[in-house]
Amino acid sequence: MGWNNKVLRVNLSTGSMSVEPLRMDWARDYLGQRGLATKYLVEETDPKVDPLSPDNKMIMTTGPLTGTEASTSGRYSVVTKGPLTNAIACSNSGGFFGAELKYAGWDMIIFEGRSPKPVYLSIVDDKAELLDAAEIWGKSVWETEHWVHKKHHDPLVRVATIGAGAEKGVLYAAIVNDLHRAAGRSGVGAVMGSKNLKAVVVRGTIGMNKVKDPVAFHAASEAAKKVLADNAVTGAGLPKYGTQVLMNVINEIGAMPTRNWREVQFEGASAISGEAMYEPRQSDGKPNLVRNGACFGCTIACGRISTIDPTHFSVQGEGKERYKHASGGLEYEAAWALGSDTGIDDLDALTYANFLCNEHGLDPISFGATVAAAMELYEVGALTKEQTGGIEFKFGNAEALCKAAELTGKGEGFGLELGLGSRRLCEKYGHPEFSMTVKSQEFPAYDARGIQGMGLTYATSNRGACHLRSYTVASEVLGIPVKTDPLVTDGKPELVKAFQDATAVVDSTGLCVFTTFAWTLADFQPQIQAACEGDWSMDKLNEVGERIWNLERQYNLDAGLTAADDTLPKRLLTEAAKTGPAAGRVNDLGKMMPVYYELRGWTADGKLKPETRKRLGV
Amino acid sequence: MQRSLYIDPQKCTGCLQCEMACSYENEQAFNPSKSRIKVFAFHEEGRFVPYTCTQCAEAWCLHACPVEAITKNPATGAMEVNEKTCVGCKVCTIACPFGTVNYNTATGKVIKCDLCQGDPACAKACPTGAITYVDSSWTGLDKMRAWAAKANTAA
Repeated sequence: MGWNNKVLRVNLSTGSMSVEPLRMDWARDYLGQRGLATKYLVEETDPKVDPLSPDNKMIMTTGPLTGTEASTSGRYSVVTKGPLTNAIACSNSGGFFGAELKYAGWDMIIFEGRSPKPVYLSIVDDKAELLDAAEIWGKSVWETEHWVHKKHHDPLVRVATIGAGAEKGVLYAAIVNDLHRAAGRSGVGAVMGSKNLKAVVVRGTIGMNKVKDPVAFHAASEAAKKVLADNAVTGAGLPKYGTQVLMNVINEIGAMPTRNWREVQFEGASAISGEAMYEPRQSDGKPNLVRNGACFGCTIACGRISTIDPTHFSVQGEGKERYKHASGGLEYEAAWALGSDTGIDDLDALTYANFLCNEHGLDPISFGATVAAAMELYEVGALTKEQTGGIEFKFGNAEALCKAAELTGKGEGFGLELGLGSRRLCEKYGHPEFSMTVKSQEFPAYDARGIQGMGLTYATSNRGACHLRSYTVASEVLGIPVKTDPLVTDGKPELVKAFQDATAVVDSTGLCVFTTFAWTLADFQPQIQAACEGDWSMDKLNEVGERIWNLERQYNLDAGLTAADDTLPKRLLTEAAKTGPAAGRVNDLGKMMPVYYELRGWTADGKLKPETRKRLGV
Repeated sequence: MQRSLYIDPQKCTGCLQCEMACSYENEQAFNPSKSRIKVFAFHEEGRFVPYTCTQCAEAWCLHACPVEAITKNPATGAMEVNEKTCVGCKVCTIACPFGTVNYNTATGKVIKCDLCQGDPACAKACPTGAITYVDSSWTGLDKMRAWAAKANTAA
């Protein structure tokens, strides 16, 4: 099996810790990581719990393939109830932290309660300790990692931490590991902050040798690596341009949400694209992109490592030295949210804001989208310069974006209001219709008028608006695994369901969903089968994916969400796209939703039918 | 033909597949902390550099060892540690100018790259060709070729 069979349970209220075996009976039904941790959360907490109360739990979890030689094996997830959405939150991160946790001999950490004072958890193999975090409370992610390496006299410790924003309740605060990899969405960092838990720092020297059939596993992982290498997206496009390969593509098909989704094409897209990151700048002749970088075990290496133009306004003045070095650069989602959605085409300003999101632990999607909403509020006069502390939130104002990132990252001034997220901000200032969210979580970078299936994806995503729950862009735009017409709704409910179930499996393995540009479940299956005890046939995997989806759904229903929450903002349903191939179109969600509910085995009001519950054992 | 590990840092993405492969070959576990090759990430410069033993012809480690636990494998040219003879005195770890011989606290012996008996696992696992196993007499061949390609001679 791919497990250490060892769970660390940490009661932060009492400071006590205990070790327990992994529930292998649950692992058989939920595989690992996303699925298995959700099962733990469902069994152990009340879905109605206040996400920021001590009664909520936060689970950090690896998958069975985390830390193995399989490509992209660095993944871990954080599962909890999210404060942004009041729904299930499950955020997945790469980097090196997840594998290190596995190598220290653990599969999962369950955090309960709330520490009476700031602490951090230190794990060195089987030794786990809660240590005083007074010195790092209020510090940034980058400062905290530096401090830990110095304090522990060990540069090899892997650090997952929150910034000051999370401590002050920024509702989309992330947990950042390895300086610029994040469990980014749904505010899992805010939950960590509410528990007075600053960081988890891990050093693992035990390693992992529990793969069931090492020979078969090696053969399966080698074959799967070759599929990634030979594929045009994972073998060439992603290493070269990262996810930013999409910027021009999505803009051309008229699905690039622009200026808070008022438009669907951005005139500045090429200036902030993956291609633009290769253009030498005038000041020092260097391009934005230094090189690509990989997460642990990843043979794709889509990560961007970038620098900011040293003459750019954002890096002038005192205390800005740290932004003049290379760090994690723009990926498509961040470039879109910080750029197109705010109407800003200044690549260096976006890179700076992205650095700050990493440095302070903010989800750049929700942050950028909230700034975009603030800009619309400002433009109609609902938000004034007096209220923003002097910042002119005009679309296209790069200086406003940079200032907003500084304030929100530290949880200061108007940044605290931006930290509420777009729904709460827009409600506060009297225009809830400006909030481009589902279940209070901000949209990612694909306009649902130009890619119809994404409308259903967003409306039904269990963690609020998200592209990573069923990335039908793959089919509707890129033709993976088969091309479907992005402007047609027929067949999309089937597509969305299939992608949702398959992605739930992928997120439960310990491997990265980006492999699915090249892999189907059939490429995962032999790897899972060789690593894990028991039957992991394709049929079983499909069933597990469906079970996970329905378990999350049931959690949300029990938390108080209803079918009324499975919808889109009015703008997408009534304001037609103005330009591009989708001009004149809205999202036809109403045509897709009843078919989707039926396919899911749910009632017309979105509840699991008894036979569905019985079939899946939910 | 004797071969050497040839490392091209420009091609390295820092994925650590080499460290996993090395540890699995030598320790039968995926365990980068026991890898004989290490990848260094210079984060602020955006550089990744794999580093391991270069198998010195006149090896400091071999000469420093008081019990002659380090010997040269004539087939591969690798300086190998005989675990049975090694007493864990760590003098070789001090003698090595490059830091590539290290002490394994779990076994009380030192570990270093032995080129996997002529079939190095790191080179096989590297997905980008940053680590290759090439003719020891011509480790500069690729660089020479690259420069030769730039020679502006008429066809």
